[in-house]
Amino acid sequence: MRTYVIRRLLLCIPTLWFITIITFLLVRFIPGDVIDMMLSQMSEQSGLGAELTAEYLRRAMGLDQPLLVQYGIWMGVVPQRIGPFTGQFKGIIQGYLGTSLWRNQSVNSLVAERLPVSLELGLIAMITGWMIGLPLGVYSAIRQDTGYDYLGRVIAIMMLSIPGFWLATMVIVYPSIWWGWTPSLEYIPFVENPGGNLIQFLLPGFLMGVQGTGGLMRMVRTLVLEVMRQDYIRTAWSKGLTERAVIYRHALKNALIPVVTVFGMQLPGLIGGAVIIEQIFVLPGMGRLGLDALNQRDYPIIQGLNLIVATLVLLCNLLVDITYAWLDPRVQYR
Amino acid sequence: MADVQYVREVRVTAERKRRNAWAEFFTRLVKEKPLGTVGLVIVVILCLVAIFADVLAPYGYNEIILADRLSAPSPKHWLGCDNLGRDLLSRVIYGSRVSMIVAIAGSALSAVVGFFLGCSSGFIGGKFDMVVQRFVDAWMSIPGLVLYLIIMSLLGGGLTQVVLVLGISGGLGGGSRMTRSFVTAIKENVYFEAARAIGLSNFKILLRHVLPNVLPMMIIGFSMGLGGMVLAEAALSFLGFGIPPPMPSWGGMLSGPGRTYMLQAPWMALWPGLALSILVFAVNMLGDAVRDLFDPRLRGGLGRYGGITQEKLEKMVAKKKAELAKLQS
Repeated sequence: MRTYVIRRLLLCIPTLWFITIITFLLVRFIPGDVIDMMLSQMSEQSGLGAELTAEYLRRAMGLDQPLLVQYGIWMGVVPQRIGPFTGQFKGIIQGYLGTSLWRNQSVNSLVAERLPVSLELGLIAMITGWMIGLPLGVYSAIRQDTGYDYLGRVIAIMMLSIPGFWLATMVIVYPSIWWGWTPSLEYIPFVENPGGNLIQFLLPGFLMGVQGTGGLMRMVRTLVLEVMRQDYIRTAWSKGLTERAVIYRHALKNALIPVVTVFGMQLPGLIGGAVIIEQIFVLPGMGRLGLDALNQRDYPIIQGLNLIVATLVLLCNLLVDITYAWLDPRVQYR
Repeated sequence: MADVQYVREVRVTAERKRRNAWAEFFTRLVKEKPLGTVGLVIVVILCLVAIFADVLAPYGYNEIILADRLSAPSPKHWLGCDNLGRDLLSRVIYGSRVSMIVAIAGSALSAVVGFFLGCSSGFIGGKFDMVVQRFVDAWMSIPGLVLYLIIMSLLGGGLTQVVLVLGISGGLGGGSRMTRSFVTAIKENVYFEAARAIGLSNFKILLRHVLPNVLPMMIIGFSMGLGGMVLAEAALSFLGFGIPPPMPSWGGMLSGPGRTYMLQAPWMALWPGLALSILVFAVNMLGDAVRDLFDPRLRGGLGRYGGITQEKLEKMVAKKKAELAKLQS
């Protein structure tokens, strides 16, 4: 077991390294240089022309260095050449994600600002998703091939099929036409107004949760179906136990072990995948941060966000595999 | 004892003589999977709509009728008009082309890329496999939409670009991982070792032993991927990174003006989303049915022997017995 965990941890290192290379290079290849955008905006607003050259800006941003050096600085194996940390090794290895090109702020602090929004949204989404998906899946499985089962499965496929951004748009449009009600499109911080904040997050969180329900429901259904075919369930039935006891005590306890691991797999998706919902409901979460950064070509933010989410995904996968191996002794450690 | 042998012989000939695989597939689909059949019918209808869009659409997709700007659904414009006075029915009809092309081409490309990468990784094995798999891990860890957005802004919008991005990145991630797991499983088989032993070239082994075994999985992957492709294209176009205007795409129609005018003209955002949901719903149901029919792990139950039912098998055994008896006498 221990060698398995150590092996898996070691395997994460090359993967993480690949992730840094992929995100670093991808971002640099985006056409529409950040320097051009900055130059046009700055000269328009300041009236400065000749003094503001692309070269000057590029040097000020540290983008004049060769790519390899820039990558080294970002990774923290080459000392910083500009900014407040000149001469220091400050990069990914030291836990520093770089400084935003447009805002005079470190990516760490930007992410820390946005993280609570994403977490709250993800939490609400997860709770609603599980509250709908779990009972629906279990019920569908124990009434297999009945009308309920077909209905449940059709609902699950429908939830997988309806695009979230369309549903969200409809949810904004129709209530406002019918009852003149619109969700608040201005972010209410939790500290200022906890109630208003919760109400504001409930709808987008619910919509995100509903989207995840389909997959969850189908998975729960398959797992419960599998367990219901086991010998010990037949034994439980033949002992004369009630349906309730058979399902709660015997079936669910065993079927839900792998389902719990879905919990871990959903987490990164909920944090990173809320781009569209955050966009529609104007919530300042990590998804919006990434989209804005992409539009402004703010390289460090895009790189940092990608790295964070990818690391989360990796860690969650690892955690899932390890818990699985720990819960189920039949899994081979290879 | 003798019966067993007959059964085996009949089964072997039945396997060989099996009817056209497509006909077999469709009869089973209709007989056993009502939901899948419904899905197939909807998909076929939408495919026809996409192909004959020029004939079906009452107006051109970019034909502006200023007098009818933002007009509600009416006999003249069944689904209403958008803010420029373009007929929404025509735009939804033409929009089906984008979705269909992206779904089919993207999913096919993803299957092919996944096949080549997965096969080579699993087949060659060793250090190469190790490095490739770490790359695939990395690729799969980066959230899909973010990755698509970056590559799309790299390539610029357009139909070909969307297909390339969705297809290749789908293949590099999930597709190759799935193929690889099958190839490594196939490598354990005796027939694989036998092929090696008689000195078949790698290419021939791939063609004759690996491909036929991986093919059902590729078909499943293809059909299960369709819905995701449609939704991903819609999401990209919605965020303005997909199909550039004036070409209508269902996702693109939902964004921009569709959202600006959503209160005066809610139909602008209603229809494309509805079309999108129906298509993805149908494709998902079809994909589920295809998976159930093709997955070798689910095959053989329900009294099937090499694709024929128990009664038919018994009949064939009786016939074979009679034939042999005739020969002997």
